[in-house]
Order: sequence, then structure tokens, then C-alpha cells
Amino acid sequence: MAKIKKKVKVIKVDADKCNGCRGCEIVCSAFHAAPKYSDINPAKSRIQVISHRLRNIWLPVFAGEYAPAECMGRDQYIIDGKEYDECNFCRAACPSRDIFKEPDSGLPLKCDMCEGEDKPKCVEWCLNDVLTYEEREEEVDEDVKLDDVEVGLESMIDKYGREKVLDTIARMSQKEE
Amino acid sequence: MRYAETGYNLEVDLSRGNIERVETDPRLTELHLGGLGTNARILWDRVPPETEPFSPDNPLILSTGLLCGTPAPGANRTIVTTISPLTRYLAYSMMGGFWAPELKYAGYDKVILRGKSADLVYLYINNDKVEIRDASHLRGKGSNETAELIRRELKDPNVQVSAIGLAGENRVFFASIEQGRSSASRGGIGAVMGDKGVKAVAVRGTKDVNIARPAEFVELCNGVLRYIKDRESKPIPGVMPILAGLGSPQEMKLIDEEWHTTNFMWGNSRTRRKDFWTKDIEEKWRETQESVRTRLISCYNCPMKCGATISVPGVATYMMKCFTKLTYTMAAFSDLDFGFRIAQRATEYGVDGFSAPQVMAFALELLEAGILKESDVAGMPADNEGKFYWLLDRIVRREGIGDVLADGTYWAAKKLGSGAEEYAHNNIKKQEQLPLKLGMLNPVYYLMYSTGEKINITQIEGQFPQAPFMTKEETEEFIRDWIHVPDDRFKEYLRKWEFRGEFSNPYYPDIQASCDIVDWQEMMHYIDDALGMCAGLSSFPLKPPYHIHNYPSFITAATGLDMDEAGLAKITRRNRMLVRSVNVRRGLRRADEKPPEDHWKKRFPELEQELLSTYYKFKGWNMNGIPTREKLEELDLGYVAEDLEKRGILKDGQD
Repeated sequence: MAKIKKKVKVIKVDADKCNGCRGCEIVCSAFHAAPKYSDINPAKSRIQVISHRLRNIWLPVFAGEYAPAECMGRDQYIIDGKEYDECNFCRAACPSRDIFKEPDSGLPLKCDMCEGEDKPKCVEWCLNDVLTYEEREEEVDEDVKLDDVEVGLESMIDKYGREKVLDTIARMSQKEE
Repeated sequence: MRYAETGYNLEVDLSRGNIERVETDPRLTELHLGGLGTNARILWDRVPPETEPFSPDNPLILSTGLLCGTPAPGANRTIVTTISPLTRYLAYSMMGGFWAPELKYAGYDKVILRGKSADLVYLYINNDKVEIRDASHLRGKGSNETAELIRRELKDPNVQVSAIGLAGENRVFFASIEQGRSSASRGGIGAVMGDKGVKAVAVRGTKDVNIARPAEFVELCNGVLRYIKDRESKPIPGVMPILAGLGSPQEMKLIDEEWHTTNFMWGNSRTRRKDFWTKDIEEKWRETQESVRTRLISCYNCPMKCGATISVPGVATYMMKCFTKLTYTMAAFSDLDFGFRIAQRATEYGVDGFSAPQVMAFALELLEAGILKESDVAGMPADNEGKFYWLLDRIVRREGIGDVLADGTYWAAKKLGSGAEEYAHNNIKKQEQLPLKLGMLNPVYYLMYSTGEKINITQIEGQFPQAPFMTKEETEEFIRDWIHVPDDRFKEYLRKWEFRGEFSNPYYPDIQASCDIVDWQEMMHYIDDALGMCAGLSSFPLKPPYHIHNYPSFITAATGLDMDEAGLAKITRRNRMLVRSVNVRRGLRRADEKPPEDHWKKRFPELEQELLSTYYKFKGWNMNGIPTREKLEELDLGYVAEDLEKRGILKDGQD
């Protein structure tokens, strides 16, 4: 397989420095509004500061991939004597919880690193250096890229099962004939 | 569409269990902006002066400010307004934290509680779903404890909870409303909440707040963040450490407390300990502070770190900011470790960190003077710190002598008689003040103490240096980038001000300069209180990011209202006048407007009266402190003049 160069974008999170202000949530939700900055709603933010103030937990987490189903199990961490709730470190928008979903529609949200900007807005708004941005290049194997139809079909298969999708396509193509 | 605000209030009648979502008149936003402004309007419109603080007709308003929930850094204040049981005037106490923005996201600008619930309840606001829920299982619980229990019960860690502790439940006149990170402490508003049978108001919101001119607004906010970063890298030289930077005094961050401990009074605001701060003390206090402080924290959307989580061994974790760090320590002549420990209990009980320690030190003085008898305090431990814990426990439960003390030093002294009044020496308008006793009268502070209706100097002062700089060079250096002044007159006032000689206190700043300076400081606070902006990024510190020249653009971009400096100043005067009118209608007069007798050693009765008269005139009040018809009409408050005339408070033609 051919090697290609890939840009890797990293947001480093130094949670120890977090003062819990949630400025990252505010600017994220505003930036992703349409038109840009026209509304603010931290529940729509693709970064969420998980906080349990009395347990001294302030943990900024970015929205990752959409997961159609819950994991088979759950995780729970204790670090430095601090007990984190189940799935606190997970970045998925998944059926087991409310975060990283549009509050009204329930559609999953995913961090896009503020594509097109110099750096993600949350990084820019964090004056306490909790969030820092880094870019680097990596050599990777060239992926076989799925086209849009395939991506769409894959998600349909995820949701309804292969059989149902195939049946439907078969039925639809018969109708067309 | 409404911008920055939601356009809806939540009206809750606790007697009948009725909840309504009421659309507000956009014209009121144009007239008063929001926050304190619209709160004062509601009190004027709905609360006749006969209304007792503990009447079901006394509303308790928990309000957002106009900019809360927008990206404007620091706009997170909840403005709580009601009639105070302590002062019997309009109380407006405020808190930062996370509650107000959450209320906006739930779709409301204010929660207005009226009536009384027969049983203890809490209010749960979750967007459009609002419930009055049983709180009998929360009776007697601490404020933090209550918040945690409610979050667990609702299975939502993102619910923001404002709660009262035992003090509020038992209607202690200096009970606070606590919100984990912050508290609205002054004026006994927690007692009004307790009287209404409301243990807590829990809020969760996931709706949008809209901005009228998004691109413009966010650029202004970016500017504020850039300014803060720059300003924090350049502390102002020649002023005390707590005034060098931004934020509310950074006492959780700073160890150096020389200024407070050697200038403020200890005990019942009596004893100055000029030599208290030594290397040994500094070392010991550093150790205490650094060992209990687990993290420096902020309020919603603010890069500062004014607060901290405090974990004292053997005591539950809590959060604290600011001066409560020292008030218990200094009232008890104790050390910082004691201060941090007792503040935890006081926070759970929900009491005002200024008043509570002073009330207890006052009780111990009365005991020493024989006005309180040993039998009044039967069971009190012999050790100094133990006495404070014991008194605090009695006060919040209103047990025995605690029942008398729970009304604050003014009312307690009145009830006790036998000369106790002499010991309630540090009040203005019946409310305990900062324990500060100074030498020479300062004309600016004289006016602020006398006329400020927040009755709390830290929420009245700001912007203008508290003392002249030592050298001309320092003064010029300070003035160089002092863009915040309304106009250049203020630079001249500072240039001329000196420590000694003709241009020093008490005759300089001269009367006109003093009026101007006080008016500027007051204007900035009233803007903040309408917008929900923290004084720590605006009206309190020197050279803050928000000022009279950039505020209009923030309001215009957020709301779409056309705003300029003159327009904003006028709204501010209108709000200020309305607060005064509510209080005047409740009996506030010139005779009430005075700092404690012993606030300064050197007093100048004639000068003081001239200052007061000139300031009254300057504000458009008559010689008794009552707003004149002419001024009221100029501020579109003709209806206030009419009411005051009908009641015979304002006499036609006697302006």
C-alpha cells in the first residue's frame, strides 16, 4: 500500500490547570451556530467540562465518534484517589448518555477542530493553558476511501441490519423496473 | 426574537402552587436593561411600602443580568432582590457562580417567588418543565449537602443549585443563599427564601441564547480576553497586592495579607494590630493556605481564579472566595486554620461572612461587659475558638441567646438594651460593615458609605485609586493608559491628590470632585448589576476590561438596542433612582445616611453635611435625600413622583 502524509491535529488537555469556567463550551457552541456566533448553548458544545466540584474533578472532554450502541461494559476510574463517574473519559456520543448530542434532535455532535480556523476556538479561549493545540505530520498507509454512498449505507446497516437494507434495495429496484 | 435576554420570567406562587411562564415587555429592557434594573421596577410596581419582609407579598426575585449566558466574559451574576428583614429596605445581594447562565439556557430571565409554601419545597426548573418538589428530606441539611443531594436525586450532575442552609430555614437576618462556588449574602435574603418555605432552586437548561450582531459581539469578547491576558501580565505597581490585578481580591491565590491584617480591625471591629504581620505569620499562613487549597477556580465564563476548593483535614470540602478567609479569623483573634475550618460550617449553614463573625464577637463583648450574663451562654465552651463554634450553632438554630443574635447586632442590641447599642457600633442602615476604622476622613468614601444603597462598600467602590500614589512619576505612569475614566477631569483629580497638604483628605478631592468620583463608581456598579457582570472584571478593580466607553457596544451588539454612552448613563441613573425611590417610600431619609461614628478618628461634621447636601443636589434629590419631581420626570419616572406626592413624601413645589 502507498504511504501518504497525514496531518495529525492534537488538543492537549492539562486538566490540572482547569479553573472550571467552561469558556471552551461557550465559544464552541457559538462558533458552530448558524450563522456563526448567533446563539450560545453549552449543551450543544463539542467539548464538555465534566465537573464534580467537591471531588475536585474538572475534566474537559471532546466529542469523538458517534457510537450506535452502548459498550458491552462500562469503565470507571479512580486516579489519585479521585473517583470518576462511569464513562467520564469516553468521547463517544452513545445511547447510554446525553452528552455530545443536540439537545432538541438528539443528533450526535463531533469535534471538528474548528476546520478552517488557525486553531480550535476552545484553545483560543482558554487563558489558563488547559487546552493547547499541536499539529504534526505522520506517514501512514493510504486508506481505501469510502465514497459518500458507502458511508451512508454503512450507517443504515448499523442502524437497521444488513438484511433489512439489502431487502429494501432489492424491493426498490424491482419497483423501478 | 429577543436577543441576549429570553423575554420570559417564571412567576411562582408558592401559596397556591401555581407556576406561570410570563412574557416580559421589551420596553422594560429599553428602560432598565435587566438584572437589578428590572428587579427594582418589579419591587416598585408590586410591593407597597407597608409590606413586611416576611409577608407572603414580599417577592424574592432571582434574576439573571442582561448579558448572562452570552459569551461576554464574566457575565454570570445572579441578582437577588427582595425586601430585607435586616435593613427593611430593598436588598440586592448578588452571586457569581453558574446559576444565572443556566437559567437563561432554561429559557427564563428571572424567577419570581411569591406567597409561602406550607411545607419545605424546592423548585426544579428543567427547560419548559418546572416542578415544585418536596424538600422535607432536605430540612436542616447544609447548602452544599443540599445541592449534592438534589443532583443525585435528579440524576443530573449539570443541575445548578442555589440553596439555603439552616440559617435561612430559621430566618436568621443575615442568612445567605449559597451556590457552591458563590453566595448572595447581604441583607438576609436567605431568610426570605426560608420564610417562603423554599430550600433550593435547581436549574438545568439546554436552550439557545441569541445574539443580535454575532460577529461584532464575539470580536468584542475576544478583545476582553486579550485585554485580561495583557492586564494580568502587568500588575499595577504602588498599590496593595489585592488591587494590583483584576478579579475580586485574589485572596485564595495570595498569601500576603499584611494589608488586611494590619489595617482592618480584629474582634468586634475594635482592635488594630499594626505589627501583626511578621515573617513567621506569613510562613505559617502560607503553609495553612497551601495545604488546604486544592484548586483555584472561577465562575462561569471567566478566566480569573478568585475562588478555591478548600479541603481542611477532617472537614468536608467546600468552596470559598474573598474576604471570608479572614473575617472569622480576625473576629476571634485566631489564625488562618481556624478561619478555614469555621468557614466550612458557616457555608453549610449559609450565613453572611461579614455579619456572622461580627455578631459573635459582639456577643462576647457584651458578655465581658456584663450586659449578657453567664446564664445567657450556659454551656458555652471556655476556649476561644470553641465559643465561636458554639455561638454559630446557637444562632443558626435560634436557640436561647442565638435567637436574639440571629437578628444581627442592630436589632439584638435594641432588644437587649442596658447599653448594648454602644457595642453595635459598626453598622450602616442596620447592617454590619467591613471591620475598618481609619484616621482621617476620606470625602469620597464618606459619600459612598453614606449614600450607597448596597450598604456594602466593596460593591460601591472601585475604579479610582483608594489613595494617592507616592510620587508624581507613579501617578503619571498610572494615568498614561487610564482610558477608563469618563473624561479627563478624573485624571486631574488624581494628579492633584496628595498625601499631605492642601490637596489631601479631607478637603481634597474637593466636594465637586468627590461627587464626580462617587457618581462614576456608582454608575459602573449599576451597569454591572443590570448586565450581570462581575464587579471583579469591571467596577471594582483599577483599569478593568469593561468600562463606560466600551459597554455601549457590548449592549448594542448583544441586544440590537441602539446604545451610546449618554443613553447608558441615563438608564443607570434611572435604575439608581428607582432603587432610592423604593427605599424612600419605605422611610429612608437623610438621617439614615451616615457611616459608623467611629469609622474615622478625625471627623468634620460641617464638611460632611456640605458633602452630603452637594451630592444630594448633584443627584437630583432634595435636602432630605428624596428624589425631586424634576429629576424623576427627566428619567421617565413621573409615575414615581406621583406616588411619592400622593403619599405626602414628596411635597409639591418643595424640591
